[in-house]
Amino acid sequence: MAVHTEEPPRRSRILQALEDQNTNVQFDDALESEMILNMGPQHPATHGVLRLLVKLDGERVIGCVPELGYLHRGYEKLAENCSYHEFIPHTDRLDYLSPLSNNTAYVLAVEKLLGIEAPPRAQHIRTIITELARISSHLLWLGSMGMDVGALTVFMWTFREREKLYDVFEHIVGARFTTSYTRIGGLAHDLLPEPERMIRDYLADFLSNLDECERLLNRNRIFVERTDGIGPISTERAIDLGLTGPNLRACGVQHDLRRAQPYLIYKDLDFEVPTQEGGDTLARYYVRMAEMKESYKIICQALDRLPMGDIHAFKPKKVLPRKDRVYTRMEELIHDFMIVNFGVEPPVGEVYHAVEAPKGELGFYFYSHGEGQPWRMKIRSPSFVNLQSLPTLVQGAMISDVVAIIGSLDPVMGEADK
Amino acid sequence: MNEQVLQLLQGRFGPLESSEFRDELTVVVPKEKIVEVCLFLKEHPDCRFNLLSDLCGIDMYTPVARFGVIYNLFSIPRNHRIRLKTFAEESDPVVPTVSGVWATANWHERETFDMFGIRFAGHPDLRRMYLPDEFEYYPLRKDFPLMGIPGSLPLPKK
Repeated sequence: MAVHTEEPPRRSRILQALEDQNTNVQFDDALESEMILNMGPQHPATHGVLRLLVKLDGERVIGCVPELGYLHRGYEKLAENCSYHEFIPHTDRLDYLSPLSNNTAYVLAVEKLLGIEAPPRAQHIRTIITELARISSHLLWLGSMGMDVGALTVFMWTFREREKLYDVFEHIVGARFTTSYTRIGGLAHDLLPEPERMIRDYLADFLSNLDECERLLNRNRIFVERTDGIGPISTERAIDLGLTGPNLRACGVQHDLRRAQPYLIYKDLDFEVPTQEGGDTLARYYVRMAEMKESYKIICQALDRLPMGDIHAFKPKKVLPRKDRVYTRMEELIHDFMIVNFGVEPPVGEVYHAVEAPKGELGFYFYSHGEGQPWRMKIRSPSFVNLQSLPTLVQGAMISDVVAIIGSLDPVMGEADK
Repeated sequence: MNEQVLQLLQGRFGPLESSEFRDELTVVVPKEKIVEVCLFLKEHPDCRFNLLSDLCGIDMYTPVARFGVIYNLFSIPRNHRIRLKTFAEESDPVVPTVSGVWATANWHERETFDMFGIRFAGHPDLRRMYLPDEFEYYPLRKDFPLMGIPGSLPLPKK
């Protein structure tokens, strides 16, 4: 056994100080050493199965390495082995907080590949459900972000609002969580008068309910001090790291794909693209709060403009026919058989189509050999790219700020891990 | 704007293979020139492709030029998208990294390496993104079976 012949210098200094009452010994840092802290993958503040290796100097973060892959399910491999229609349910499981948004993004990319477009009524309904999904996703972010910095009441209130929204989804789609509502060239079924009334009822109370949550936070000193100036990022660095969505707009960049490259009916609608300066956690909070109000405006306009008409494009070899026709007509039966068994066969080519999902730019890249399955499909998921900025954001922050910064980035691991 | 970008590229780098489908321009770039082309597209005042939207790999499963790397670029100031493509041989699947041009390429390239085994020369931290480090296969290659390879992911010992 090794015998310590020499006292460690630090300990001897303390002992010396204790013996000699007249000296003062000061330590800058009680720990005097760096340590590695493992956060996650099972940690309530990492929003899923995100694992962070954080290098700490006392309570200050001097390095951070995110580790992904705990929810990797290989969706890109699956997509190469199922037809374009069969993949729609899988898109629910990407960003599982806004499945309707993913469903729409996916079919829009496939429709671009096929060169077809859904009729106006379907486009309007898709816009409405996409914005409802944005509200639902941002409400969850608001609640969990509030909870991360200690404002637990907000969590209860936003979940109450989300519960109502899920009831609306149940009436629109037939499912609360895994919606799979869109189809290539249209929708699974029409928006009926009953859910339409429910959306209007929901919107009637929405702004006042959101205002209640805002009043709990905007002038809440604990909340503001825990977010103001925390996790800042410069505009150039944000673009360099590929940040998109609310996280980029919080750096003062007015970039929104709904405005920049309009899809669905966004070019006819009147809405603002909210931005903030600073790029810190508080700026990201303000941007998302403003976005929910813009979504409210968009849904109101789309509901008022909602035209009557068919919800399926008339492209018999590309779009699934209605079931009542499949059972009664020969032609439709043949098309249904061909589409279900061999898939829609797009031309040879490649497309990339991106939409503004609640988390940022959600893009689908297809490489088609002209077969029923894509040769290659790539999901450009915003959470994956946004998470890459985490080491930059947490540099120099306190360990408790890491939790607030993750909350403000709003990652969803289902999407980041694919 | 597609023709304008193509003309600029061809004026600087000579004739390049290109195609257009659904108004999207795809330019095939030899892999030796890819960093230079990316820098040119990012810096040129008429292009300014400052956002790398996406970077991904593809397995063409052909005897020559089996692996491809696809770069989807977006220019926020010009509001335009283009796509670059480069190919590598199966015997030597190495492509220069563009993580020096756009920092966001770092994780995208790690993911591409994880899924296809395409190595990026000069990458600062080329580790697997999703799968465990000891995993020996590249799952998005066309010769990797959909059901996986039994025993390739060992279970924890009791």
